[in-house]
Amino acid sequence: MTTEAIIWLIPLPPLLAFFLIVLLTNRNKALSHILAVGAALLSWLGSMIVFWRAIRTEHLGENPFVSSIPWLPTGDSWFIIGVQIDPFSAVTLFFVAWTILMIFLYSVGYHNFGQPKGDHDRPGLPPHGADVTDAHGHTHRVPSIEPMYSRFFAFIGLFAFGMYTLVVSDNLLTLFVGWEIMGLCSYLLIGFWYSKPSAREAMVKAFITTRVGDVFMLLGIVYLYSVTGTLNYRDILYSEEVLHTLGSTASGFLGLSVAGLIGLLLFLGTVGKSAQWPLHVWLPDAMEGPTPVSAMIHAATMVSAGVYMVIRIFPLLSAGAEHGSLTTTMTVMAFIGAFTALFAATIAVAQNDIKRVLAYSTISQLGYMVAALGIGAYIAAAFHLITHAFFKALLFLGSGSVIHGMEHGVLHTGQHIDPQNMFNMGGLRKKMPITFWTFLIGGFALSGFPLVTAGFWSKDEILADAFGHGHLAVFLTLALAAVLTAFYTMRQITLTFLGKPRTDSAQHAKETPWTMTVPLVILAVFAIAAGWAGIPEHFPAIGGLIPNWLHEFVGDTLLEYPEAVDFNIIPLLVSFTVALGGLYAGWLVYRSVPAGARDPLEITFPQMHKVLKNKYYFDELYDRLFVKPAYWISEIFTSKWMDLGLIDGILHWIAYISSRIGNYLRDYIDLPVVNGFGDMVGESTKRFGRAIRVIQTGRVQQYLIGALFTIAVFSALFYYLVFNR
Amino acid sequence: MIPLSWYLILTAALFCIGLYGVLARKNAVAILMGIELMLNSVNINLVAFWRYLTPEIIAGQAFAVMVFAVSAAEVAVGLALVISIYRRRGTVVADDIDMMRF
Repeated sequence: MTTEAIIWLIPLPPLLAFFLIVLLTNRNKALSHILAVGAALLSWLGSMIVFWRAIRTEHLGENPFVSSIPWLPTGDSWFIIGVQIDPFSAVTLFFVAWTILMIFLYSVGYHNFGQPKGDHDRPGLPPHGADVTDAHGHTHRVPSIEPMYSRFFAFIGLFAFGMYTLVVSDNLLTLFVGWEIMGLCSYLLIGFWYSKPSAREAMVKAFITTRVGDVFMLLGIVYLYSVTGTLNYRDILYSEEVLHTLGSTASGFLGLSVAGLIGLLLFLGTVGKSAQWPLHVWLPDAMEGPTPVSAMIHAATMVSAGVYMVIRIFPLLSAGAEHGSLTTTMTVMAFIGAFTALFAATIAVAQNDIKRVLAYSTISQLGYMVAALGIGAYIAAAFHLITHAFFKALLFLGSGSVIHGMEHGVLHTGQHIDPQNMFNMGGLRKKMPITFWTFLIGGFALSGFPLVTAGFWSKDEILADAFGHGHLAVFLTLALAAVLTAFYTMRQITLTFLGKPRTDSAQHAKETPWTMTVPLVILAVFAIAAGWAGIPEHFPAIGGLIPNWLHEFVGDTLLEYPEAVDFNIIPLLVSFTVALGGLYAGWLVYRSVPAGARDPLEITFPQMHKVLKNKYYFDELYDRLFVKPAYWISEIFTSKWMDLGLIDGILHWIAYISSRIGNYLRDYIDLPVVNGFGDMVGESTKRFGRAIRVIQTGRVQQYLIGALFTIAVFSALFYYLVFNR
Repeated sequence: MIPLSWYLILTAALFCIGLYGVLARKNAVAILMGIELMLNSVNINLVAFWRYLTPEIIAGQAFAVMVFAVSAAEVAVGLALVISIYRRRGTVVADDIDMMRF
């Protein structure tokens, strides 16, 4: 098959699996997951073939794999959609395919396939566990299979379709279609356990918050189309002429160029999708979904999609910039990204829910990427996107494994504790060794543990870029965020795995089945090895041992090949210091937290901890600013005043007037005139008939007399009239 | 030769006798007989007018024959009705046969 044909086919298997599961195999759990995992495997295979062919193609950036069809007639011309794989989408395809496949496989174990059905399990609620009796007659409480197992696989199948569509498409419109499909699926999956009120609220919150960004993004797409008449990447982003025109035309809005305004609007889509400040609030709440969903939405696919899109439109963002300076849009991005990175990292420090820490960490790391792009570090952003997808998927799946193990302990002991709270854990290292080691690798990658992990190389590149190009403020912010990242990561690892078990449930936690650990191991490999693809050539000692493949390959995507920054020892030292320092501090503070104790941070800085624990009160702020007014507008203004008062009032008034007119017409026209006439005709006919019916005697001879008399009269009359003139 | 007016006087008398019979008799059979008288007076009229006014064409006789045929049929039907009524109600008095009243 040609590469283009394979690219067209990549998104289709998960979609097919979605329809098959929904329409046919919903009742059969095994068949459903075979279909879904099989579809993911097919897409993975296609992606790998495409990736392999892509990296073996010379100058892929100038001659990417493209194929398109005319799709929508627009007057004289056609709107053309198609697929395109250039170096950047090739590497994205690589990590997306791997993480999606791993997550699909992991879901099989996470939803307890092979476990008995729970007695009290109902669709819409997490399984409660089932009682089993072993050979010795002992009754154990064990995890039970998810009641809506097949539905989950259908949803993630559709989700995977959205992501693949987004990656392989060659224009912003189909990208947006995939983007919105994922938005829908994230809504459905966050609210997967829809009987939980918190899940319902979270799903609505996520949907509406991302919708805010999406509306702006759609505006940007429409604006771009109206200016250029096309949405194809190559026609816009690789044409110096178009970029120059867009970059030099003023849009008449805040002094931005057209390119700047479009870039800003599209970037707002990213702010929503990638949960950047100020639209970050939905992501932590999205943790209500099952853990594979968290991994999918918050690591591999949806939030990455936001960053993918801004990296994709980078030429547009930087259009019109003088060499070495930043456009206004990029400055905004650098600010929001750096701010989000630090802001979310501080919140993550004070969270106790193992998944919420990771959620804020994701926001923070996405902020890194956005900031990197804002200062023009294109390749560093792409690099961090890839490594982050791997190690954050690993961490989410690892945390899911931890929760799963803890749930096993909770069911076994019958304790009523939150299996996601890290202060209920501890000492899981011995109980869940595979999870521990892989989680450790993921955590170290997230903190940027020097030289070994992927996260170090990508984060270091961002810091080096920021320092090398003189963006000192961004550099310092990101460095500070990196300290906090290392700190909260070590806090998480220490609280969860090290020390002694703080509860009985943690004491009875159990390692998860192979379907969950295998993805962890594979992702752990990538969490280390993905970094080797981008080691700077000028790095002391080990630089140049492996060529900086990523830089050359992905850099080829851009029209103007980006120069690597010169090596500088300061950012490297900073990287070392922040990672190791943060990790050490985290271990030091949390290594001996006894059972039932409060967070040491809370004891030392009670005020600050409270603010951080409440996430700077952003939820409360938005509640006051947007949610309450929205409720007020809908319940009081629209419903009570406008609808019930004004519109219903007008309607009632019209009804009143109509009924008055109707009554009048009935009383004065219909009843007397129309009915009266009708009645009169009937009545008088009746009376007349009654009056003359007496002549109907039934006697023949009387009739004959009558006839004779009539003839006589008429004859006389006739005679008189005719002959008596 | 006897003048035409004699015939006309005869038929007028005969017609009136028949008419009186029809109107005054109680018996339904007698009423039918009255009708026959009236028809026969008409027949005499027809033949007389033919003989005196247009003896060259045969229409008067033909009319008379036709009236005979019709009156015979009428009497047959009338008598059948009378017999039927007598069987059902046991009377032939016309005044008693008044089912078709209001």
